[in-house]
Amino acid sequence: MTLIDLANPTRFLALTARVLPWLAAATVILLAIGLYQSAYAPDDYQQGATVKIMFIHVPNAWLSMFVWGVMSIASLGTLVWRHPLADVAAKAAAPIGAAFTFLALLTGSLWGRPMWGTYWEWDARLTSVLILFLMYLGLMALWRAVDDPSRAARAAAVLTLVGAINLPIIKFSVDWWNTLHQPASVMRMGGSALDKSFLIPLLVMAIAFTLLFVTLHLAAMRNEILRRRVRSLQMMQASRVAFSSAGSREGSASNEVGAA
Amino acid sequence: MTALSALIRRDIRIALRVGGGALIGVLFFLTVVVLMPFAIGPDLALLSRLGPAILWLGALLASLLTLDRLFMADHEDGSLDLITMSRTPLELACAAKALAHWLAAGLPLIVATPVLGLLLNLDMVATAAVALTLLAGTPALTFTGMIGAALAVTLHRGGLLMAVLVLPLSIPVLIFGVAASQAVIVGPMTFGAPFSILCALSLVSLVVGPFAAAASLRHGLD
Repeated sequence: MTLIDLANPTRFLALTARVLPWLAAATVILLAIGLYQSAYAPDDYQQGATVKIMFIHVPNAWLSMFVWGVMSIASLGTLVWRHPLADVAAKAAAPIGAAFTFLALLTGSLWGRPMWGTYWEWDARLTSVLILFLMYLGLMALWRAVDDPSRAARAAAVLTLVGAINLPIIKFSVDWWNTLHQPASVMRMGGSALDKSFLIPLLVMAIAFTLLFVTLHLAAMRNEILRRRVRSLQMMQASRVAFSSAGSREGSASNEVGAA
Repeated sequence: MTALSALIRRDIRIALRVGGGALIGVLFFLTVVVLMPFAIGPDLALLSRLGPAILWLGALLASLLTLDRLFMADHEDGSLDLITMSRTPLELACAAKALAHWLAAGLPLIVATPVLGLLLNLDMVATAAVALTLLAGTPALTFTGMIGAALAVTLHRGGLLMAVLVLPLSIPVLIFGVAASQAVIVGPMTFGAPFSILCALSLVSLVVGPFAAAASLRHGLD
């Protein structure tokens, strides 16, 4: 089974119908394990119990960037290979990515309140995630602005790829801007310095959230395919009604007047 | 080459004539800068501290405002289809159009900067620094904004949607433009580092912008 076999939406629907329950079950089990482990992880000697926010915050932040990567690959699929499901994948991923980004911002700001004493700090990472969130919203606005899905798909694909090139540049410039304005960094958390009792739950949660994304993404893609089918059926029906009523328009108009 | 120079000359001529609207950008720039003291207060010391930021924001918004028409007018009268089908590569044609737009709408902003600098109590050196950073940075705004203009014309949607899509992409230019201007005025860092990065951003957008705009036009027009 290669990627091109999935170009048939019916085959894709059949395959995902079989895979989705297993994925959902794996997600639930891993999330349960991860949440249990993070609930029983020891308190940090400095941050106390608030360090547990990390187990939700970090996977969300990781996915906020991962989803843009998935959308970029899907956009290449739209523009280069014209894969029929690529734009479905890109469209379905955008709101999920926006949700993960929003949750990363929300948990970050809830974590910042006890740690930094403020909900919002113009910290480099927070700022660049906020810009990422704005770009997700812009992309969703673009999808919603056009009613023809294939036309919107190509525009969104161009924008997604431009965003993929620009996001590292934005990240770099925000880092630079931040060091210019705030020399003292607020947060230091070296990856290798993380203790094993934190690292393992964090990894489990990261895998669980990635699985959660895959599950949600496949389900959203199924919905999008079905939505497009409903749309084309409705348009067929509308055109049929228009054709059949073209002859008897006079009669139906007088009927409506009579009913009124 | 002659085709490209003809395209540039044509675009500049259209932009400068009645209905072209290139100089409206300068008027908008002036109005935004004049509005600022009403919001901040007529405190000259504060205004001179915020001056580079105000000028940069004004120039950013003004160049975005005029970009809306970059492809739209050509699409309406059909010449965009001719440009798309001509033998000249579409990427080069897009670059030529953006260059013409920058010459007609971007350069006047830079020429207007010294006058606006007077209003904001900027001294000679600071004004020169802002004008120089604008000269280096506004091409990046035009070439990045061109992507938004190309998307807008293929979607038959302009205005707000385009602004929402393009503004986040212009954040790096804003950061380094203001940083380079501030470096001259207050220090402590050197002018060279942010200014070089600003030039680099312009060069990158010079490459990326035409390709993305051409891809969007090629896939989007039918």
